[in-house]
Amino acid sequence: MGLSKKDVQHIANLARLEVSDEQIDDYVEKLTQILDMVDALKEVDTSEVLPLAHPLHMSQPLRVDEPTEKNQRDLFQANTEHVEQGLYTVPKVIE
Amino acid sequence: MNWETVIGLEIHTQLATQSKIFSGERTRYGAEPNTQACLVDLGYPGVLPVLNGKAVAMAVKFGLAIGATIERRSVFARKNYFYPDLPKGYQISQYELPIVSRGSVVIRLDDGSQKRVGITRAHLEEDAGKSLHETLKDRTGIDLNRAGTPLLEIVSEPELGSAAEAAAYMRKIHQLVRYLGICDGNMQEGSFRCDANISVRPSGDTELGTRTELKNLNSFRYVEKAIEFEIERQIDVLEDGGKVVLETRLYDSDKDETRPMRAKEEANDYRYFPDPDLLPLELDQALLDSIKESMPELPWEKEERFATDYGLNPVDIQILTASSEGAAFFEASAAGLAGNFELAANWNKGELRAALNRDGLTITDSPVGGADLNSLLRRISDGTISGKTAKEVFEAMWAGEGDADEIIEARSLQQITDVAALEKVVRQVVADNPEQAEQYRGGKQKLLGFFVGQVMQATGSKANPAEVNKLLRAKLDADEN
Repeated sequence: MGLSKKDVQHIANLARLEVSDEQIDDYVEKLTQILDMVDALKEVDTSEVLPLAHPLHMSQPLRVDEPTEKNQRDLFQANTEHVEQGLYTVPKVIE
Repeated sequence: MNWETVIGLEIHTQLATQSKIFSGERTRYGAEPNTQACLVDLGYPGVLPVLNGKAVAMAVKFGLAIGATIERRSVFARKNYFYPDLPKGYQISQYELPIVSRGSVVIRLDDGSQKRVGITRAHLEEDAGKSLHETLKDRTGIDLNRAGTPLLEIVSEPELGSAAEAAAYMRKIHQLVRYLGICDGNMQEGSFRCDANISVRPSGDTELGTRTELKNLNSFRYVEKAIEFEIERQIDVLEDGGKVVLETRLYDSDKDETRPMRAKEEANDYRYFPDPDLLPLELDQALLDSIKESMPELPWEKEERFATDYGLNPVDIQILTASSEGAAFFEASAAGLAGNFELAANWNKGELRAALNRDGLTITDSPVGGADLNSLLRRISDGTISGKTAKEVFEAMWAGEGDADEIIEARSLQQITDVAALEKVVRQVVADNPEQAEQYRGGKQKLLGFFVGQVMQATGSKANPAEVNKLLRAKLDADEN
């Protein structure tokens, strides 16, 4: 299965990655190689195999509904200078 | 051309847990920004989500109430998109294997007819944070307190045929989640939100028309108005030979219109995949059994019981069972009033609600409780006071002057039941008004009301009106002979 330039551009856009025109051909080739490798799996008959949601044969442990965290806003917000009135700030989002 | 409307609703209910769905952070509404956002909620590297068992139990409760299939094994998936109030770059949700699927509820329409509406699925997911575009001058502020709050997204089948049906369905779900105690239903605080998918097609067509999605309809009234507007808009577009564009629109309640949100350059592509940080959720029979046993009486079960136990009419039952708190209040107020339950129903619908509305209170804050009202109604029922006097007593109870008996005693409001004493008043009133008595005897029966009024005035409204009527008739008719 081959990827088109358009596919690569679409994926890059979804991932918010800037990919230049010169890089695109390289990505098309390398990503197609990965898909070809995955394609090889199709040769195995999996009609009897259940889809795997997780490699561990365990189920989800559940937590008791009790608050355990304390307010550490100052500590967390020391990691950024983009804070105002207790809010994290980002460039203006225009709706 | 005749057009047919097809509507499906997605309702987001915030589950009423103490802590978040994947972290031990609090979920209290209205806290200072970002004081309830821990490392997990902030999407820091290296942290892991741990599922809240209470949120799971609440989802199961909802599934059981709507007669749905509870999936014994469900899977959490990542829904990938970028937005500043979603720090991880993905929302943990359920995609292919939701915890609840294929249920239904019955809605009642204004004309009294009923309709069963299918519920495709209900799945657990985490809420995002909040973007504040207006608070700061040059930047958008992000408050992540809400990030990670547990949501149950309830998706209906596209089976709603009008704005009125959509609103009735939304009310039914709202009532149900509150009965179940899994959501506080507070729409102002965003605990109960709704998106609507709407399309129209020529009547009789089987293929669905192109739909639009209306976002964040945060009141019952807006849901109805927004959908009505959108149906008209789509029909206008189609009748003018145009095409409906697949898009998300926002309802502007000030202008009563919908308009497109910023056009997307490309369709959503969420690239769902199973979240490797979370194991499949497996529910064992013991857990399901214990949840089954904790189920409260459901709205439609209560309605049926109210009809049997109290013999009330369907309209009253709808009003009295709208909330479980209101229903409990009615039952406390009606205790021991067999044969006179209608009196309790009327007081609950009338005086009580009027007083609550006047003071802007909910039924749980009522200064007069169900048992308090009951003691008042008993005094009407046993003839101690008239219904009119009871209103005065009720107001005094509302103002905190004491219980019904104390107020009746303190204000000497007992009806005069001493027939001899009443007869004396009646005699006096008739004697004082010979002209009217003459006219009455001459056939002007309506004058009886005048005499009743005179007696009531003379007794300070404490006479039993039925008794006064009886005595007056006897007196006036006797004098005739």
